[in-house]
Amino acid sequence: MDRLLNQRQRALLLSAFAALALLAVTVAGFLLSDAAMVTDFSRKNLAPCLAYPFGTDWMGRDMLARTLTGLSLSIRIGVLTAAVSAVVALAVGTAAATLGRRVDAVLSWCIDLVMGIPHILLVILISLAFGKGFVGVVAGVALSHWTSLARLLRGEVLQLRSAPYVLTAEKLGRTRLQVARDHLLPHLLPQFLTGLILLFPHAILHEASVTFLGFGLSSEQPAIGVILSESMSYLTTGKWWLAFFPGLMLVATVALFALLGDRLRRILDPATIHQ
Amino acid sequence: MTPLLSVEHLSISFTQYDRGTRRRILPAIRDLDLTIDRGQVAAVVGSSGSGKSLLAHGILGILPYNAHMEGTITYDGAPLTPKRAAALRGREIVLVPQSVGYLDPLMKVGPQVGRDKTAVRAVLDRYGLGPETEGLYPFQLSGGMARRVLISTAVAASPALVIADEPTPGLDARAAGRILGHFRELADAGTGVLLITHDLELALTIADKVAVFYAGETVEEAPAGDFDRLEDLRHPYTRALWQALPQHGFRPIPGTQPYPGALPEGCPFAPRCPKCTSECGGDVPYRPLDGGFVRCLHPERGNAS
Amino acid sequence: MAHRLGFAGKKLLRMVLLLLGVSLAAFLLMSASPLDPLQTNVGQAALGTMSQEQIAQLEDYWGVNDPPLERYLGWLTDVLHGDLGTSLLYRVPVTQVLAERLKNSLWLMAAAWVLSGALGLLLGTVAAACRGRWPDRLIRGWCLLISSTPAFWLAILLLMVFSVWLGWLPIGLSAPIGAQASAVTLADRLRHAILPALTLSVTGLANMTLHTREKLCDVLESDYVLFARARGESTRSILWHHGLRNMALPAITLQFGSISEIFGGSVLVEQVFSYQGLGQCAVTAGLGSDLPLLLGVTVVSAALVFGGNLIADLLYGVVDPKIRARVRAYGRKGGA
Repeated sequence: MDRLLNQRQRALLLSAFAALALLAVTVAGFLLSDAAMVTDFSRKNLAPCLAYPFGTDWMGRDMLARTLTGLSLSIRIGVLTAAVSAVVALAVGTAAATLGRRVDAVLSWCIDLVMGIPHILLVILISLAFGKGFVGVVAGVALSHWTSLARLLRGEVLQLRSAPYVLTAEKLGRTRLQVARDHLLPHLLPQFLTGLILLFPHAILHEASVTFLGFGLSSEQPAIGVILSESMSYLTTGKWWLAFFPGLMLVATVALFALLGDRLRRILDPATIHQ
Repeated sequence: MTPLLSVEHLSISFTQYDRGTRRRILPAIRDLDLTIDRGQVAAVVGSSGSGKSLLAHGILGILPYNAHMEGTITYDGAPLTPKRAAALRGREIVLVPQSVGYLDPLMKVGPQVGRDKTAVRAVLDRYGLGPETEGLYPFQLSGGMARRVLISTAVAASPALVIADEPTPGLDARAAGRILGHFRELADAGTGVLLITHDLELALTIADKVAVFYAGETVEEAPAGDFDRLEDLRHPYTRALWQALPQHGFRPIPGTQPYPGALPEGCPFAPRCPKCTSECGGDVPYRPLDGGFVRCLHPERGNAS
Repeated sequence: MAHRLGFAGKKLLRMVLLLLGVSLAAFLLMSASPLDPLQTNVGQAALGTMSQEQIAQLEDYWGVNDPPLERYLGWLTDVLHGDLGTSLLYRVPVTQVLAERLKNSLWLMAAAWVLSGALGLLLGTVAAACRGRWPDRLIRGWCLLISSTPAFWLAILLLMVFSVWLGWLPIGLSAPIGAQASAVTLADRLRHAILPALTLSVTGLANMTLHTREKLCDVLESDYVLFARARGESTRSILWHHGLRNMALPAITLQFGSISEIFGGSVLVEQVFSYQGLGQCAVTAGLGSDLPLLLGVTVVSAALVFGGNLIADLLYGVVDPKIRARVRAYGRKGGA
């Protein structure tokens, strides 16, 4: 077991690497957003080559630039929607656990209701309500992903509230706010943070999926969903690179986020701490 | 006569993570020596957190993945290698666990006692458990029934060595006495019994000899008879245990047992010991004394006589 | 028995209430949409050439001007009479569209459900048994990869490889184009369902595998497995006698709770393969602002999800000895 680095150091290093790679993609996509829109019919339908590693499409647009721009957009939307979802989850979860039995019953019913509608369908419905487009997909993803985290946090708060040291603090005359700040928050924070990071991959995947189906970002934007949806028309003519590379990059991005969340969970989770 | 089981210089340690990314080795048992003969009940007594249960798991070869074991264990005249332990456990060497939590919660009791139905019936009958017991799930057993079922699981295999890990918690004195009586019966029939417990008083009701465990070390091994008089005991900690018993005045000593990660140099009992001198911070060997063993530079019995 | 019936009845009532809530929520979301169904379906240019009267007629057809609550109550009254309304796009009763699409989708989802459940259980067991060694690492890496893969991209990949390059399987649709419904053979149906079903099973696999692995690792670290090892049971015997037994309950719950995800996947997969199922129907209805049809799909899919949860709850009572014992004790008390 005399490795150069132990498990935890490697987990930290891997997390740092994942975060850095994602940041690089975000920045690169941001810088390339103009190049992604340039059409040049003298170079259309090129298969992957040195100058255009991901090839070009039927309008001569550079697929590498388009892919990176799309990913950058996806990551930014993913971070935004996951953050909103996590905050909603925190609010609903703690409200259900602390505001009495009736509020809990109503909120739990709402969670069950939202979970009853298949995820994608719910995102589609909310996106339609907001008129599709950027606003639609952001609202759709942000307002549909909070349920399981809310349920988790609710359970956690309920358990903490009946913990002996919290009951003692209440008996000693601490106000609700003091108890929440001193005793609940330190336990909830790690759960909340890992929950937040583990929401990223779902948010990104659902944004891409809904955009792919035509309920998300408009077709003028170089979003991954749009790129893949367009590639469908060129599949039978053998232009495989239009679908292959953008999809692969999307998988890599989502996997990096998932990896990041998993490693952080492992570092924060006492059960696997000694592996 | 070769002893049934002899444990020499046994050490068990764990790899753990400290704060942040620092890794360290936690010694749970250090330099443990113990022998058990056929027909003998040997009790290992120590307060909780002293590493007693690990001794049982170490002998059976079922320590968790992050544990590391050193020293030699000899069973029936030959080294008890991991391979041999795997072949013998459940057949010649059996464990009686602490609680009903060691039974599969979703499996009925009958098949958990053994595969052979008639043998199961016979052994349950021996401990006064009716046929209806076989159809119950573990959570339906009462405290006393659960103990007897756990003993049945061990006896069904007709073993040569029984390791009982804390077999009486949660029972009143009479019920606990009855359960321990079952172990005495087994020993009288020729089985070796290793009784691991925190309860010195109960252990003395059946044990032939007692090893006292403190912070991962055996500090004294004495014949049970030595516990009749305070003067016959060797180690200051054993005397403290004796004096803490209800019939001897119920006098506790100040301080607590050190955590395995924060052991002092030399004798771990030194900070609580009235006889501690500067040499106690150095190496303290485990040595024979008046028919027993002691790990102390200033043994009480040696000084007194 | 009476107690269990009461339990089931209570759950059923809750399910009906939830379905009512789902239909209301979906209805409100759809009617809140600023998208104009006339522009979507008739087109801006065509609208410009129409008379005011024609437009009013169209608006009436698409139900643009009625107040939402009134429309919802009207819809609900019809539903109680077994009428889910008429699809605006297909101009046939919604029940008819749903029945036909559901028949196609059920095949697909059932196959994926069984396959992903069984394979997930197997892979999870292997991973837990080899915890920390290479089979475990391989399986976990694979799970990370497929749970990061969008279902529609996997569908596109499989389509490219098996239909375009190799030409082994048809490109899309749940039956050959232009064939009469009566002429479609079972073999045809199967050939068209292979790729969609495969995609769906693969995407559903990761969850089951990882949950099985996690649960089994907990079981393997439990006191009762430690004791089983102390009694000389081999790893195989422990997995078979204690692992499966203690894993079955959570696996059942998980698998019946995964219907929502499988349906979500089917929406994407059916769209890529142009498979005439419920999922594709949802997309068509959504894009075409076909409110009655989308409402119908939402309610049916929610009913599938709640039904799955209900079955899981009821099975739990049958399988878990603790709940069984409690029910028995309750029955005795009730009888005395």
